Amino acid sequence: MKKSTIKRITGFAAIAMSAAIFAGCTTAKTTTQGNDQTGNTVKIGVNMELSGAAGGYGNQMKQGIQMATKEINSKGGVNVNGKKKKIKLIIKDDKTSTSTSASVAAQLVNNDKVNAIIGTATTNAGTAAIPNETKAKVPALSPSATDPNFTLQKDGKVQPYVFRACYQNNFQGGTGAKFIYNNLKAKRVAVLGDNSTDYGTGLAKAFKQQFKGKVVDTQYFSGGDKDFNAILTAFKNKKIDAIYAPGYYSEIGLIIKQARQIGLNVPIVGSDGMADAKLVQIAGAKNASNIYYTTPFSKTVAKQNPVAVKFMNAYKARYHTEAPTFSALAYDSTYMIKQAIENEKSANSVKITKGLANIKDFNGVTGKITIDSKHDATKPIAVEHLNNGKVVGSTQIK
Amino acid sequence: MTTLFQQLINGLSLGSIYALLALGYTMVYGIIKLINFAHGDIYMLGAFWGYYTINYWHFNFIFALLSAMVVCAASGVIIEYFAYRPLRHAPRITALITAIGVSYFLENGMSYLYGADTRDFPQVIKQVNYSLWGVRVSNIQILILATACLLMILLQLIIKKTKMGRAMRAVSVDPDAAELVGININQTISFTFALGSSMAGAAGVLIGLYYNSIDPLMGMTPGIKAFVAAVVGGIGSVPGASLGGFLIGLLETAVQSVGLSAYKDAAVYLVLIIILLVLPSGIFGKNVKEKV
Repeated sequence: MKKSTIKRITGFAAIAMSAAIFAGCTTAKTTTQGNDQTGNTVKIGVNMELSGAAGGYGNQMKQGIQMATKEINSKGGVNVNGKKKKIKLIIKDDKTSTSTSASVAAQLVNNDKVNAIIGTATTNAGTAAIPNETKAKVPALSPSATDPNFTLQKDGKVQPYVFRACYQNNFQGGTGAKFIYNNLKAKRVAVLGDNSTDYGTGLAKAFKQQFKGKVVDTQYFSGGDKDFNAILTAFKNKKIDAIYAPGYYSEIGLIIKQARQIGLNVPIVGSDGMADAKLVQIAGAKNASNIYYTTPFSKTVAKQNPVAVKFMNAYKARYHTEAPTFSALAYDSTYMIKQAIENEKSANSVKITKGLANIKDFNGVTGKITIDSKHDATKPIAVEHLNNGKVVGSTQIK
Repeated sequence: MTTLFQQLINGLSLGSIYALLALGYTMVYGIIKLINFAHGDIYMLGAFWGYYTINYWHFNFIFALLSAMVVCAASGVIIEYFAYRPLRHAPRITALITAIGVSYFLENGMSYLYGADTRDFPQVIKQVNYSLWGVRVSNIQILILATACLLMILLQLIIKKTKMGRAMRAVSVDPDAAELVGININQTISFTFALGSSMAGAAGVLIGLYYNSIDPLMGMTPGIKAFVAAVVGGIGSVPGASLGGFLIGLLETAVQSVGLSAYKDAAVYLVLIIILLVLPSGIFGKNVKEKV
């Protein structure tokens, strides 16, 4: 009896003490509400894949971010509650590695005290960075992490500090499925996906769930593969009506080239990772016929969008090539952070988070963007059609 | 049946690339017992050399191929001189780690200088498809197969019929004894590196032309697979490396054609494990007992 009383007392004491400790914690945290903006600059950290497997895409994004920053700064900077503040970029390479990405995020939020982070390009690296960003209450806006779970916690609640500027896979894969079934009237489809990225596997999965026809065969390749002849020869034998190939232009370009060379001329439908001028260069203009891909950044649609026209011209003037989708998404990400700061009239990282969550009808290069309750970007989607290497049409899918 | 032949053609063209790369591994291993992991990156250098000379100096294909072989031979010799020669008498593992370091240096150096993005290789030879009883073969596939076979025969002649070849074989059997009979070991090893690297350079230009896509990391996976090919054929044996290359190419094609494409790399490495367990000296390798 006595023993248990003592036990109870110590138990209470322990609870009381830990409560006091936690109370201390919360008071400490409420005084340091994220990273405040200091001096004459708004610091934006860039956690990006500048080398390693996704280095090519990361560098395109870096170009987009730098272009947007230069434009904003040449106009005086971001309007923070009436005062113009210049953007200072702190660009760090996460080497397409999850551990490096986590440490880059820690450096950016703790040492550099950035107000917001743009990045990463890939879902894997981006997910690894979330704990450090959440702890420091700094928002991270990924231009291209497409996995549906990227912005969600394990229990299905939204990650409070994580946003994306692109579609999530279920939406894009579903659009591809609808387009192939309704518009192309293809009933027998083979799926050929990139299994080295969450992007490719996620889209392949979403497509297979939502396609109404028959998925005859599903095959995978990994990033950096160059030879697809064997898979395509096997496909040719299965009498398919179309191929759904979610992945990036560097491999899909080769798939198109090799499919046409072995005489497999069925439509090849892909996703926004294909929307790059390099696709046609790798595939060869003659081979790039009967090619479709879902994209937010349709060049024909973009011609009616003054923001996009301005971006495409500026990009061409600076880098002498057609603007890739990744640069466009990163460019939009930078402007979305600017918009969030100006709406909230503060560049404190928690305020930017709030501003990003409330972005509505933001007029970006990749269309009118609204951030929904799951921190996904919703924007119109189009399917572009390539013939002889040229974009000959685009269909809006509802 | 047509599909089977088509897959055979696919496998042979893939295999000839692995074979060309495996030759470099096997020769270098044969002579200084070093697995030169930077070999795949020499192949990448060859592809980039072809890209620049064709695009900016307007070389034709033959000239681009030959000049890439010369440039890669030179870079192989330079790498040997600066990275491996100082470690000639160091433990084998030191040289192996250095080789991995050189490989990273070349990959990331090229990414830094020229960007990590994929580039399209200039199509100097227009692709023509021939159809034979329903099997499609392109002129470039024939070219790759022919060039690979030609280079392998040439290599075999150099090793078996020339004085330098005899020196190479002597050094590989016993370097000390070779030196005693008046063979310049350093020169012979440099020559081996030059020869192996020139094969990789040729493979680089051929693959650039065939797939029309090059990037600084392109040497990584083929390099490792070529290493597997060299082990399968019996590391140190030149005909073994050629055979191993074709076998690995055919195996990869077969795995993909039966619908297991996701496991094609795994299958190659599985073969490596099996060979190392069952036949550690490879198909053509000699089982030499080491005297203690």
